[in-house]
Amino acid sequence: MDFLGQLFNALPGSVSQGLIWGIMAIGVYITYRILDVADLTVDGSFATGGVVAVVLILDGWNLWLAMFIAFIAGLIAGLVTGLLHTLMGIPPILAGILTQLSLYSINLKILGKANQSVNVNQTDLLVSLRWVKEFAFHNPLITVSVVIVVLIAILYWFFSTEMGCALRATGANLNMSRAQGINTSFNKVLGIMLSNGLVALAGAFLSQFQGFADIKMGQGAIVIGLAAVIIGEAIFGKIFKNFALKLFSVALGSIIYYIVVQAVITLGFDANLLRLLSAAIVAVFLAIPYWKRQHKAKHMIKAKGGKSHA
Amino acid sequence: MLEIKNVEKTFNPGTINEKKALNGINLHLNEGDFVTVIGGNGAGKSTMLNMIAGVYPVDCGNIIIDGVDVTKLPEYKRAKYLGRVFQDPMTGTAADMQIEENLALAARRGKPRLLRPGITAKERKEYKELLKILDLGLEERLTAKVGLLSGGQRQALTLLMATLKKPKVLLLDEHTAALDPKTAKKVLDITEEIVTKNNLTTIMITHNMADAIAVGNRLIMMNNGKIIFDISGEEKKKLTTADLLEKFKISAGQELSNDRMLLS
Repeated sequence: MDFLGQLFNALPGSVSQGLIWGIMAIGVYITYRILDVADLTVDGSFATGGVVAVVLILDGWNLWLAMFIAFIAGLIAGLVTGLLHTLMGIPPILAGILTQLSLYSINLKILGKANQSVNVNQTDLLVSLRWVKEFAFHNPLITVSVVIVVLIAILYWFFSTEMGCALRATGANLNMSRAQGINTSFNKVLGIMLSNGLVALAGAFLSQFQGFADIKMGQGAIVIGLAAVIIGEAIFGKIFKNFALKLFSVALGSIIYYIVVQAVITLGFDANLLRLLSAAIVAVFLAIPYWKRQHKAKHMIKAKGGKSHA
Repeated sequence: MLEIKNVEKTFNPGTINEKKALNGINLHLNEGDFVTVIGGNGAGKSTMLNMIAGVYPVDCGNIIIDGVDVTKLPEYKRAKYLGRVFQDPMTGTAADMQIEENLALAARRGKPRLLRPGITAKERKEYKELLKILDLGLEERLTAKVGLLSGGQRQALTLLMATLKKPKVLLLDEHTAALDPKTAKKVLDITEEIVTKNNLTTIMITHNMADAIAVGNRLIMMNNGKIIFDISGEEKKKLTTADLLEKFKISAGQELSNDRMLLS
């Protein structure tokens, strides 16, 4: 039972990490599921959030204010991608890649070097890996859970407003939206901004949690975000119909992802191959609905053919 | 109410696929006019409607709705003046959203969408009453996703959405063409009922000649991007499909051809 013991020992850390990435995955949900756009900006904006937060915290700013500025930085990154797409007609995936690439330079400029540690002994932080087993309010499990609940409540409210409904309509049907007087370009930009704001906020939490910001910390973030969205839907899709619960299931999906990753590592899996594994899992999960549809279509043709012969 | 002046549109100009879709269209609609539009394949019927709606910019000419020159306005800004129903039942509604949410989106056409509630309890009651008019049982399914509805139900709902806020002009682009005959008749009946009740200025493209004659107070025929025939009032009521085919032959110098044209 050495395996279970080790896993159990690592669980609080994995769950905390899953919660933090859950904020990021909720951001991905907004673009990928609501707006129907795969936005790759997130790999860059995640690091932007982490970098901005660490620089401001080391400069002695109020922690929550630093988080807010990180969120704003994410909004701006999203604005750039949104404008590249709507104003310059660049396909959304390519627009995201362009922003992501340019953010690499910008993040490097903000941080001044490739990585920067922020020591919890010397600096006040909101969350830290050191506290995951403490029975206290500043335990990241509690802090980040509260943040997620507040964020979901705000998003739930926002998507029920006129503006939020227009954003959902834009993702659901562009022709219908324009016919109903909705400025679809504006809403696309708004959605991509909101998404990247949340992603940057997650990056800001993660850099504190792990005690450093690294300009590569967002690499592959989109895959982790998609994995969380897909796992959450696969497991809770049948029971969670309410919008707030759907967002909640995305956060749960992220936690499950990190527990699985921890289990795989504890089992002795080569950690260098983790990203390959993540990508493979996401690829298979993305393929399943497509395969299901094809199977259905084949089935229908067979059924029809059978009738005509009878 | 609607004034189209010398509108021209060429697609893919300067290429081998160049297509002159509209060739100097002039049309004046009075308030309450219900115009049916017929014509062969590629006559420019849908293009004319799309020009009014602002789907693509015009090459030249002007479009004036209720005294406002909308020629330069983007599609979403013109939506304030227009109600639209499309040929494809999938186009007019958001499948992933509830019936009441779709209606609430339509109710806010032409108004700024801010942080007020997307739908209120008072609206829900109103929508329930409105949906009863359709007599399709939708009033009991307010929170059902529109994707679960049949094509006919979706067209009826789209029609309701298009007219929820009284439009200056209602544009119907073969909105019954994708439906089976029985459902098509039902949707057309609902159309007439709503248009008459609200005295809406309407343009309806149809592939059904009998409908084109029976419905509305005016009929226009298009060919090669031009209006070749325009008839209204008593004269229109006396038309027969045979007359229309003959008129087309004389004006266009060719037989009327339309893949979907129904003569009866």
